[in-house]
Amino acid sequence: MRVTEQRASAEGFEELAMPLFDQLYNLARWLTQDTAEAEDLVQETYAKGLRGFSSFQLGTNFRAWMYRILRNSFLSSRTGLRTMVVLDGENDDALLPAQHVTPESLLLEQADRDTVQQLLADLPVPFREILLLCEVEEMSYQEIAETLSIPIGTVMSRLSRARKALRELLSEKLKGAPHGL
Amino acid sequence: MACEQWRGQLDLYADGELKSEQAQAFSEHLRGCSECAAEALERVQLKRSVQVGGKRYSPSAELRQRISKSIAAKPRRESGWLWKILVFPAMSLVILSLAVNFYIGRESARRARVYSELADLHVATLASSTPVDVLSTDRHTVKPWFQGKIPFTFNLPELQGTQFTLLGGRVTYLAQTPGAHLIYQLRKHEISVFIFQDRREETASLPSGPLHAQSFNVENWTQNGLRYFVLGDVGPEDIQALSKLLRDAG
Repeated sequence: MRVTEQRASAEGFEELAMPLFDQLYNLARWLTQDTAEAEDLVQETYAKGLRGFSSFQLGTNFRAWMYRILRNSFLSSRTGLRTMVVLDGENDDALLPAQHVTPESLLLEQADRDTVQQLLADLPVPFREILLLCEVEEMSYQEIAETLSIPIGTVMSRLSRARKALRELLSEKLKGAPHGL
Repeated sequence: MACEQWRGQLDLYADGELKSEQAQAFSEHLRGCSECAAEALERVQLKRSVQVGGKRYSPSAELRQRISKSIAAKPRRESGWLWKILVFPAMSLVILSLAVNFYIGRESARRARVYSELADLHVATLASSTPVDVLSTDRHTVKPWFQGKIPFTFNLPELQGTQFTLLGGRVTYLAQTPGAHLIYQLRKHEISVFIFQDRREETASLPSGPLHAQSFNVENWTQNGLRYFVLGDVGPEDIQALSKLLRDAG
């Protein structure tokens, strides 16, 4: 019986985990900024996921669980240790004051894909990460909280800071190269 | 509510995290407030840009294969040996018996198909207004007639002193391959003799021997690379008698 359960669980894992493969790789590549490291990270994530699948509670969020494994693996890697700096003032759950509309921010629609990708790469990793989870993975705040193991209040404040940072980078970029965009 | 307060919720609004009644109130405010509307538009644009730009990297097929293989459902090594010892022979047996069943099923289906096709040929020919293309009781007329019409030659028996009469022959086809179709008569019964080359999948490896198929009696055998079928509504002993004559001649 034990064998059967193990087989069943391995099959279940494969079925649930393989559809996430492309997204997990994309995030891993964004976090590590390196192809070989991203590949290792994804492989490690799948190996750990398979090993730990028996402890995964069916009915809870599998996607958040896998992303958490990927992220924790990244955190303990050399690149992760270097780049995942603790963000100051993150624990106050208050949202940042509203941003004012600037003419530059409205120029965003002119910013092409390459520019946005460059700016994302320039962002601190925790900002880049939360933006990708929110916009690309379209995770809810609740899911992001589960994935990053942080309270929802922190999700909101970090997201707000990340967007502010991205807007500032964009603004600088647009000022610096008014004809280039 | 002042704009200041609304703006504090811009992210929540753009991210779809507001409760529906709150979101509805926000939408109403946006309709009347161009500044907030511009802000909201900017948030949505930013979200959209990140969404598009963020989908940037695709994994290699090789990595997918490697990972897929590494997590493929398979028994764990530590408990796998018992599973293998017990299940592998059982599986083998199941597969083997399935294969044998399948083969036998296919064989018998093929045999049934061949006989039913021959029976059709026999009936259709007799029902035709011109059952034979070479109308002769003389085997020395019938045999040469096939020359150049079929890709092989065969010998026909001398029928003098027997009850059988040769009525004639025609070219026929079985599974898109030409062959000879001879018709003999015995006490008002017609008997078909089919001769094909025995190298086609349809007829090769058919078991030789008498058979009762489609209410006809059939005998078939292979001789000198040719496959003979004798089929008719006479008794099995008559079929055997004609078969013996043909065998002796061939």
